[in-house]
Amino acid sequence: MSRKVVERLKAQFGALGPGRGILETSDFRGDECVVVGKADWQAVATFLRDDAECAMDMPVDLTAVDYPDRAERFEVVLMVRSLTKKHRIRLKTRLAEGAKLGTLIFVWEGVNWPEREVFDMFGIAFEGHPDMRRILMYPEFEGYPLRKDYDISQTQPLVEYRTPPSSWAGGEGKFAPFDRHEGQPWSRVDWQERAHGRDIQVSPAIGLQEHQRPTLSKGHEYVASNAAPADPEE
Amino acid sequence: MAQPKQQMEMGGGDAGFVTTRLEDLVAWARKYSLFQYPFVTACCGMEFMSLNGPRYDGLARFGAEAPRFSPRQADLLWVVGTVSQRQAPALKRIYEQMGDPKYVLAFGTCASCGGFYDNYATIPGIDKVIPVDVYVPGCPPRPEAVIDGLNLLMEKIGNNNREPLVVPPREIPAMTQLRKKGSPVYFGQERIREQRAQLGVGPGLYGVPATMDDLLGTGDRKVETTAVVKAKDHE
Amino acid sequence: MEPNYEELAEEGGALELPAEPMRLNMGPSHPAMHGTIRMVLELDGETVNEVDVQPGYLHRGFEKSCERGTWGQVFPYVDRLNYVSPMLNNVGFSLAVEKLCGITVPERGQWYRMVLGELARISDHLTCNSAGAMELGAFTPFLWCVKVRDWVWDILEQETGARLTHSFGRIGGMAKPPTPYLKDSVRAIIPQVHEVLAETEGLLLKNRIFLDRMQGIGKLSRERALALGVTGPVLRSTGVDYDVRKANPYLLYDKVDFDIPVGHDGDNYDRFMVRFEEIRQSLRILEQCIEKMADQGSVNVDDPRVILPEKEDVYSTIEGTIAHFKLVMEGFKPPPGEVYSYTEGGNGELGFFIVSDGSGTPYRVRVRPPCFYNLQATREMICGEMIADIVPTFGSINMIGGECDR
Repeated sequence: MSRKVVERLKAQFGALGPGRGILETSDFRGDECVVVGKADWQAVATFLRDDAECAMDMPVDLTAVDYPDRAERFEVVLMVRSLTKKHRIRLKTRLAEGAKLGTLIFVWEGVNWPEREVFDMFGIAFEGHPDMRRILMYPEFEGYPLRKDYDISQTQPLVEYRTPPSSWAGGEGKFAPFDRHEGQPWSRVDWQERAHGRDIQVSPAIGLQEHQRPTLSKGHEYVASNAAPADPEE
Repeated sequence: MAQPKQQMEMGGGDAGFVTTRLEDLVAWARKYSLFQYPFVTACCGMEFMSLNGPRYDGLARFGAEAPRFSPRQADLLWVVGTVSQRQAPALKRIYEQMGDPKYVLAFGTCASCGGFYDNYATIPGIDKVIPVDVYVPGCPPRPEAVIDGLNLLMEKIGNNNREPLVVPPREIPAMTQLRKKGSPVYFGQERIREQRAQLGVGPGLYGVPATMDDLLGTGDRKVETTAVVKAKDHE
Repeated sequence: MEPNYEELAEEGGALELPAEPMRLNMGPSHPAMHGTIRMVLELDGETVNEVDVQPGYLHRGFEKSCERGTWGQVFPYVDRLNYVSPMLNNVGFSLAVEKLCGITVPERGQWYRMVLGELARISDHLTCNSAGAMELGAFTPFLWCVKVRDWVWDILEQETGARLTHSFGRIGGMAKPPTPYLKDSVRAIIPQVHEVLAETEGLLLKNRIFLDRMQGIGKLSRERALALGVTGPVLRSTGVDYDVRKANPYLLYDKVDFDIPVGHDGDNYDRFMVRFEEIRQSLRILEQCIEKMADQGSVNVDDPRVILPEKEDVYSTIEGTIAHFKLVMEGFKPPPGEVYSYTEGGNGELGFFIVSDGSGTPYRVRVRPPCFYNLQATREMICGEMIADIVPTFGSINMIGGECDR
């Protein structure tokens, strides 16, 4: 990661107006990161490749992250490296749902398949990409799996499931002896629940009040907040 | 006279003596000459390679080595590794193209029940798509487990048994540490240990102890090692 | 006088046959495609005009599964990415989370990671090359390499408990300390691997058929390799000496001496030889690690917020019990932020881009899969070649489905 690249980018694209050019820079644990306005995505990438001091000739990775809480929910992340100068940089841009981003395939051809994968997993279309179709999922698949609101267990089988014969395993078939949520008594955010509007703090069971402890008999109805419910006698 | 009696038995009933022996003969021939279709996808494929390798030789000595990459010519479908939703139609088609009698061995936990890939992308076990004869659990299963699975399948073929079965482990892992000294573990392991003692070879490669007794030197039998590390050095 | 064949067959002649390209499907269940790649070929006779490489038949939802557990529960998934060298994936992911937290593992732990990682790399390259040779018809080197790979796996089993998918890495160290047998086992295996390499090379490298099928086939030029994001042995075979262990040393790779083998044509033969030479360099690294690794000392960082305490402490001291309890019940919580950490995997730059939101669940775990990019470059290598050339070319890029499709 190199400060010099960040300086060059700021010099070139710094003062382009609100929402354009370099929006933020950061340096966390030695990784330099630059957030770029989406209209300048291709221009910044081309500059990084062609500028003699940056000379970023190796595309490392292109991916995306989904922050459904934000208005611009997707963050497309590009990492590039220079073979000669040995420095790297991370570029990010933020997109709202349905927005399109220019393709970088004419800057570094190596982002061809990663862009297809971002489209496949998140649904972000890249303008100008010659072959924008799914790569890891099958064409009949609907939805974008890595979005936070896609339920992980929602399968879309291509072949209809058959029932294995009932003599197997004493007539019960093969079932896992625990539920999806069991065995995970941690403090964690359950995105499935959040996406459906239920507040998500799945706290350790010992910290919950009696009415809040999830049990299988109650189904997945976790109480909306950790506060005790209103006293019914009042 | 013995011969007329046999002929009389042959005259009555459906399963005459000679016919039954013929079925047995055919079953014997069938089980010792399985042609495999290796439908290899993932990590279990590495153990499949080891199984074919010189140490385990798990297929050739049972006559099951010949791979046939055309389903028309194969009779044992080895489903090795995770089958994703996208791959399922291919698997089904290959199974349908095989000629009867055909057998399926689900190699690995992903093929048996989906493993821990409990998500949108994988089938929870190939028996949702095709019928399976033997399940070999493990992630990946040791080649010894697969050999046990293959032998189980061969026994079933010999008995004309089509019930799906799971290969049991050789030892119950929870009982291993609690086992009393000297108690038999498993017929095969005791025999192997005796053979090694006779040959004067250590308990394992490079002197790796095979059990807790060997490690602690508390077993009834002290095996002298000729391998690189002597177990006694550890004391 | 009758016209001769050449006059009849040339363009416009009487024997010129109309031809149109043929579509042929190779895969996904195909021995040469390693079971998970589908190639739709457009053929002109035997020559491939155009190929559409379709990965994704082993997509197992790794990145989504990581978002459902804790940081420690990612290790089994990560093992099964590049499943021929699982220790390298484990170490890569541990380093990524440790970078996020700003933790450094003690020196003995770093040597231990290097030893197990190089053993994994050796088994990776042995598998790739011997399987590639087997696909050309050379069955014997496969058996020799599997024999020695089983011995390497014996050492890994002795250390970690499992032959293949160990899940042995932990954030802040390793699951268990090294056994007392580690050094002797590694010293014993180094000459065995050298011997098998020598035997295999002696069998293959003067064989006319092997050379004809590997040399000059599947060429990739240096500029195209760089533009396509190719890394690892495929890039090094084109002449670029980029190896993460030398360019951005992690663990203690700057304290050991080793070379980077580099090819010059970028063809199958160069990739094959680069891998064999890398095995030799890995053996060299192993020798040095074994000399330099201390015999005593912890391999784990001494921080109860990160790593579980020793079992003896858990059962005998109150601090150990509380530390264990808190770590198990509350989970390990790294600070919020994002990092990209990269190591040299078996196929190239294996990177982990992880995003943490401060809770115990990973927000996003993205693995930068080296063989995804290498597979993308396969189209260039195959177009213009014949169908039979696809087999050694595809075998030489070491496409591992678990890593490519995740």
